[in-house]
Amino acid sequence: MLNVDDIVVSVQGGPDIVRGVSFRIEPGEILGLVGESGSGKSMTSLALMGLLPPGLALTGGRVTLDGADITHLAPHQRVRREGCGKMAMVFQEPMTSLNPVLRIAEQIEEAVRVHDPDIDPGPRARELLDMVRIPDAAHQLRAFPHELSGGMRQRVMIAIALACRPQVLIADEPTTALDVTVQLQVLGLIRDLCDRLDMGVLFITHDLGVVAQLVDRVAVMYAGKLVETADVGPLFRAPLHPYTGALMACLPDPESDDPLLATIPGSAPRPIAIPPGCPFSPRCARATDLCRSGPVPLVHGAAGQTALCHFPLTERATA
Amino acid sequence: MMRALSGWRRLAVSRPLTMLGVIFLLTIVVFAAFSPWIAPYPPEQIDPVNRLLPPGGAHLLGTDHFGRDTFSRLVYGARLALLIGVGVVTFALASGVPIGILSALYPALGRVLMRMVDVLMSFPSLLLALGLIVILGQGVFNAILAIGLIYLTTTARIVYGVALRLRAEPYVEAARSAGAGTWWIITRHILPNMVSPLLVQASFVFAFAQLGAASLDFLGLGAPPEIPSWGNMLAESRIYITRASWLLLWPGLMIVLTAFSLNLVGDAIRDRMDPRFREMVRK
Amino acid sequence: MGRYFLKRTGAAIITLIAASIIIFGFIHLIPGDPVYVMLGDGATPEQVALLRDRLGLDEPLVVQYLIWVGNALQGDLGQSIFFETPVTQVIREGAETSILLATITMIWIVVIGVPIGILSAIRQGSWIDQGLSGLAMLMASVPTFWVGLYLILIFAAGLGWFPSSGYPSIFEEGGLSNLRYLLLPSIALAAPNAALILRLTRASMLDVAREDYVRTARAKGIRPYRVVLRHILRNALLAVVSAFGFTFAALISEAVVTETVFALPGIGRTVVQSIMRRDYPVIQGVILITVCLYLVINLLVDLSYRLLDPRVELE
Repeated sequence: MLNVDDIVVSVQGGPDIVRGVSFRIEPGEILGLVGESGSGKSMTSLALMGLLPPGLALTGGRVTLDGADITHLAPHQRVRREGCGKMAMVFQEPMTSLNPVLRIAEQIEEAVRVHDPDIDPGPRARELLDMVRIPDAAHQLRAFPHELSGGMRQRVMIAIALACRPQVLIADEPTTALDVTVQLQVLGLIRDLCDRLDMGVLFITHDLGVVAQLVDRVAVMYAGKLVETADVGPLFRAPLHPYTGALMACLPDPESDDPLLATIPGSAPRPIAIPPGCPFSPRCARATDLCRSGPVPLVHGAAGQTALCHFPLTERATA
Repeated sequence: MMRALSGWRRLAVSRPLTMLGVIFLLTIVVFAAFSPWIAPYPPEQIDPVNRLLPPGGAHLLGTDHFGRDTFSRLVYGARLALLIGVGVVTFALASGVPIGILSALYPALGRVLMRMVDVLMSFPSLLLALGLIVILGQGVFNAILAIGLIYLTTTARIVYGVALRLRAEPYVEAARSAGAGTWWIITRHILPNMVSPLLVQASFVFAFAQLGAASLDFLGLGAPPEIPSWGNMLAESRIYITRASWLLLWPGLMIVLTAFSLNLVGDAIRDRMDPRFREMVRK
Repeated sequence: MGRYFLKRTGAAIITLIAASIIIFGFIHLIPGDPVYVMLGDGATPEQVALLRDRLGLDEPLVVQYLIWVGNALQGDLGQSIFFETPVTQVIREGAETSILLATITMIWIVVIGVPIGILSAIRQGSWIDQGLSGLAMLMASVPTFWVGLYLILIFAAGLGWFPSSGYPSIFEEGGLSNLRYLLLPSIALAAPNAALILRLTRASMLDVAREDYVRTARAKGIRPYRVVLRHILRNALLAVVSAFGFTFAALISEAVVTETVFALPGIGRTVVQSIMRRDYPVIQGVILITVCLYLVINLLVDLSYRLLDPRVELE
């Protein structure tokens, strides 16, 4: 259903930030897009939505939703195009993502009017608040954003996204700014909505713990490329790419007594200084001269697991 | 030398208008510094035969109602424009900076000083200046004081805002808790970070001082009439504008272009500034 | 809201008291005996004695101040030396011209500055935006009296479309058509201030356009012009509204010059003439009234700002 094929996002007159990313999301499936900050994951999601900020542009590749080409279409163009699938997005900062001077009801109804012009937006807004499990919906609808807690605001954001009746929901680190207990509630809500509405979800995060709890499949992004894609089980059991392996090693291990967390030496390259060959090679213990020049092969492991690597961590992988 | 040249080239490409502004300001400085050599006539030389001559001929920009050479008076007028600008900026910074910084460092003092600044700001600026001139009497120096008083308030406000921000910076907090003295904090941490906001404020104040001084001159309450200031030239030509409209053009253009150039320069500096402080010096 | 209102009003009253001390001190700062400063040099001994007694000049300064404030609160701002009428009457005679001039100018500023600022922001970076922004900065660098003189030269002396000076009251013969006397002055007065509002509108539109909630609005699929109207404009105008108090103060100042250029019988020109005539009680009264007006308007602007922005209720 959502098919992302080799998309490229570039700074106008500058380097590429996203350098050929491809993936699919099926209905009812949560794909986790994992990477450090600056890896290009947020820009990938904004490019899919047609919401790239000024100065950035989608310069290559194709995005289709249910077979319809939606590349380069802004959200308001998608709404008005016949047979065009819809996506909605929930952002990282629930504090600033709602308009401070409009009541919650106005902000939800606005989205309802765009996507369901024929129904009464009032009851629909209340229904949406019920769907995201906001108690006392009638009261909250009259509130202004600053009167709600961070978790409540993020639920409102999800309600607004659902008002768009999306086939795919993009969630860009929606729980990063929330308390841990609230985080769990929101994650549970997203999983539940995904199953109940048979909706695809692209969940962007840098938190492997969240990935392990929530998602079905994982795409690992590094320096503007997907270095590994796999189902969540195989990924955690046997990562192929050394970068994925290094990320796993950084997770706190409950059975270890070592109080120090492992870290990956060096830092991620900036888009203007991406090394030739494998972008991870300067930080990789397994890298040879082969890795530092020329194209990197895509290797396949079991169950559709793929990675961009000359020397994957599991020997069974084949090019 | 090479660096200076490449700087000019960069300015010419990215902000051609600002570069023209800088060139105009340099011309004003040259006019002021070398007036006797540039001006073809003494500015007060009266020539009853050649009154209200249009531009051209022996008088490049024509003559006024006393037959005085307009171009020569414009050249000498640059001196007063610079004097007023430098004087007002100096006064505003010398008073506003200490008030702002001390208010930020000592909140109890700050409440009193900033309230006093608020009180001064509640006076319409030109009325405040006029009131001061009534007390002090007319004159160039008093005009500088009167206009400077207006910009004391805005400068103190801006400095206060920036200093408050800086005071809360972790490295300043660290220096304080490490026992650094107030003077050390001011000279090492606050003033160096204040340079670009103050440069921006200085160029805006310089620009608006020109307009303020011209207004005082026009009302007959600024520079004494015998001084060839651009404002006085406009005030004197007022009744002749239908007969000799060029008399209105040249001094007005000098004022406008000076203020415009300074605003362009201030804008250019501000655009290169730390974005946190950009907000505070917005005009 | 109520507590906030009380707090703001209290602050304004303190400011007013401080300002009134300065204005009271004004007469005493002028070199010479205050009685002769106020009555002029041609005063008779009886007049001097009477005023000395009425103002309590033999009392300590604090008592004098209290007497002065007491009189002012009862609407007595003293006598004009030149007109030999109460200062309040002199001010009242100029009020119609000045208030109408300020109002028409304010309308120009809002009608010109705000929409062009919006246009400039929507077309950010285009040649329209660069041209308009440059023009705005140029207009902000122009002395109002110079614009005024050119308007007189072109539209009054040259084309004869508008009168060049004076203003007969709208309550006299001619009625509302007398407003045409205020057209050129209000344009001259509006020019630099509209330019400032234009720049402010543009800047705050661009600030708001970068906010996360604008991106949320776009993500909903709302058309771009609706995003501008409903989400960007409303929030951007909050900042513009709060600048109106400052603009009004600038207007009062510059009206002094504009009224002089166009020989309008307003309060501003009265001040300038009073300075020439050494009619200090009039100067004192006008400054006191304008400071009051400024504080009241700022208070109203501030309150309307709070009403428009729901976030502030919590504070």
